[in-house]
Amino acid sequence: MSTVVSQLDEVKTGAWSGGKSPFNLEYGKIMMWFFLVSDAFTFSAFLIYYGAQRFSNITWPDPEKVFQSIPFVADHGQPLVFVGLMTFILIMSSVTMVMAVEAGHRNSKKEVVGWMVATIIGGLMFVGCQALEWSHLHHEGFWWGRIPHEAATVQESLRPYFSHGVSEVAAQQFANLFFTITGFHGFHVSTGILINIIILFMTLSNKFEKSGSYLMIEKVGLYWHFVDLVWVFVFTFFYLV
Amino acid sequence: MSQITLSHSEEHHEAHGHHHETFLSKYVFSQDHKMIAKQFLITGIIMGVFAMFLSVLFRLQLGWPDKDFPILETFLGKWAEGGRIKPEFFLSLVTIHGTIMVFFVLTAGLSGTFSNLLIPYQLGARDMASPFMNMLSYWFFLTACVIMIGSFFVESGPAAAGWTIYPPLSAVPTAISGSGLGMTLWLTSMTLFIASQVLGGINYISTVLNMRTKGMDFWKMPLTIWAFFLTAITGLLSFPVLVSAVVLLIFDRSFGTSFYLSDLVVQGQILPNEGGSPILFEHLFWFLGHPEVYIVLMPALGLTSEVISTNSRKPIFGYHAMVYSLIGITVLSFIVWGHHMFVTGMNPFLGGVFMITTLIIAVPSAVKSFNYLATLWRGNIRFTPAMMFAIGMVSFFISGGLTGIYLGNSSLDINLHDTYFVVAHFHLVMGSASIFGMLCGVYHWYPKMFGRLMDERLGYLHFWVTFIGAYLVFFPMHFMGIDGVPRRYYAFTEFPFMAKWLTVNTFITWAAIFAALGQVAFLVNFFGSIRWGKKAPQNPWGSNTLEWTTPVKHIHGNWPGEIPTVHRWPYDYSKPGHEEDFIPQTVPFSATMSSNLPHDFEGNPEAERLQKEWEVQNKPEEQKDLKG
Repeated sequence: MSTVVSQLDEVKTGAWSGGKSPFNLEYGKIMMWFFLVSDAFTFSAFLIYYGAQRFSNITWPDPEKVFQSIPFVADHGQPLVFVGLMTFILIMSSVTMVMAVEAGHRNSKKEVVGWMVATIIGGLMFVGCQALEWSHLHHEGFWWGRIPHEAATVQESLRPYFSHGVSEVAAQQFANLFFTITGFHGFHVSTGILINIIILFMTLSNKFEKSGSYLMIEKVGLYWHFVDLVWVFVFTFFYLV
Repeated sequence: MSQITLSHSEEHHEAHGHHHETFLSKYVFSQDHKMIAKQFLITGIIMGVFAMFLSVLFRLQLGWPDKDFPILETFLGKWAEGGRIKPEFFLSLVTIHGTIMVFFVLTAGLSGTFSNLLIPYQLGARDMASPFMNMLSYWFFLTACVIMIGSFFVESGPAAAGWTIYPPLSAVPTAISGSGLGMTLWLTSMTLFIASQVLGGINYISTVLNMRTKGMDFWKMPLTIWAFFLTAITGLLSFPVLVSAVVLLIFDRSFGTSFYLSDLVVQGQILPNEGGSPILFEHLFWFLGHPEVYIVLMPALGLTSEVISTNSRKPIFGYHAMVYSLIGITVLSFIVWGHHMFVTGMNPFLGGVFMITTLIIAVPSAVKSFNYLATLWRGNIRFTPAMMFAIGMVSFFISGGLTGIYLGNSSLDINLHDTYFVVAHFHLVMGSASIFGMLCGVYHWYPKMFGRLMDERLGYLHFWVTFIGAYLVFFPMHFMGIDGVPRRYYAFTEFPFMAKWLTVNTFITWAAIFAALGQVAFLVNFFGSIRWGKKAPQNPWGSNTLEWTTPVKHIHGNWPGEIPTVHRWPYDYSKPGHEEDFIPQTVPFSATMSSNLPHDFEGNPEAERLQKEWEVQNKPEEQKDLKG
């Protein structure tokens, strides 16, 4: 009889049959993935709005003319060099994050700490560069609801930023969108730095050492890579096309 | 299986009873999914009553536009000088009524309550994936509620741009008094609300994915869980877009940008804003707004599927079709938002595309309606109050859904848009249907939440008053809408063609007051039964799902001892050959040899062979002959 019972009542043990995680993932990681999906929708909405504005304007400020300064080095004549540097720093911080996650897999606390510090420094450098970029643009007269107007007419003050026809509306929308979207991204980077600092201290206080798993580094790493990925899109839309 | 776990319950509870719980950790900062569900429910009920009260206020104005109600001035002060509600305040009333009903009652109150209560219970989990985030989700929600209601206490009054907060009305703080601080509070409240939804949503999704008990594969999940799961996914993908819309709106309001503004003259002043477009806001808003309709509706569909099947004592008709239609609704809900914008100057071709996708939604909706009816057909129906509300929900879903076919048509919409026809449509199909689904859930799972039964007679009274009241309120609005009476108007007295509708409006107001009074029966029943209700047995409705295998008295971790294993789908009601008319999911097939069917074994040849062997041995002679 006992064999009868076991055969009839056999419960399947497939990945989706319950009793375990189908992806073999801890719930926190699933949550992070889903949060990132939802955040991707937020950024997509921003970028789609940006696209809608750009398509509806006949001209648009030429990024090679707007972004051509390197703070403390050159005021103009170096198009996209500085932002290239910023992007490089942020991507490098993703690389150091990968190294931290990898060190975490080996439970090597010392290396995790080292790579996390490097990631935090990278993040801070990026945010610092962004602050310089913002203050430069602000100095030139761009801001939320404001465009340059030093010259006699607004048209004239905007001339240097356009390759084709000059449009006040386009310049204004460019400024609004630039500060809002890079600001929203910068807010994400800043949050990421804060979380990185928190898990750095958690690592230092042996929290992961004791629990035997550095999974938290991996979860935060996912967020950090996501923020980098978003920057690639923001960079492409605002600086390259 | 359930009996075995039951006998363990007492001693186990003793062992675990020494958890030291303070009042704060048990009732306030609770991380237990059952308590959080109750918190969501009671907050939702309070918000619902508040929003209903607002609707009675503006109905008074619409019903008797020339009459003074001095008592209103006593309570509302300058908003109802001389006992008559001011136009600005009227707009605030409809705005906040809509906002609270859609977001706070039917989204958070419905999903928040029943996802929290039933996902762990029906899946066989000890609690949510992250109880802490679950608690945060409630606290964000409560803060959002407090801010939303708080906006009634600011000098310039609450937001007044409608629940869809279209700019420029919402974007220019000087536009009307409600666009000032009230609007800012609205946006703050909604931001917190979205945070609550995202926290809750990713929790629900990961719980469903990760924490199903042994044997609970996706095709053994009750339809309630399917509905909550898909609702959470819908919310997670649509609410973030509202974040973008709100952020851009905040910049327009406070930082001088022109994302949504262009060519405006406000009170004789030309505004400097140029280049923005309010249409873009509508796109962003309705990308959330339309899925939101299904966020509101789908949990109601899930709850009623369960209740109708249980109380018809029949398996749900077309379980797979029910799931696929929910999935279909989820997917389609993201590509129909344009039907809210047919008359915004949209390219007619694009309007045609949105019309087609919209009308396709009628297919899964009709599948669901027919399946409900087929489940009821020749069922052994028990008309419990929960069942009454479930049937009421089906009724509203059909009668409100049919008018959706008219509104989804882009050319008919030229006539019907922004009229009372729209008001009638969505109040039936999403308002009444969803609230009936929610009430059905409250009556059905009340014993699980509070360990007591609600009073049946008050339940029936509540049902009939609400059901009849809702139809009396919303049905006449169809005719007003067809005649072209516009929604959101403060009074119909200025336009001769609307004069004939004044008496109808008075009638609707009386019906609304009647329906609102009916809710007293519910409130008395709900709050009274917590204390004085009849003690509930463990499985009062003879249900199959796992929550009824837990002890009546709530304990941490839901099941004393081991979590039960699931052997079968949740709809084995009145299975031929079984002595009882229900077989809980935890009962193994070896215990129900007389009722097993070949497809129960999902293609396990050994089990099928054993079953056949048993049948040959145990079947009466004449049946063997028939088969032979």
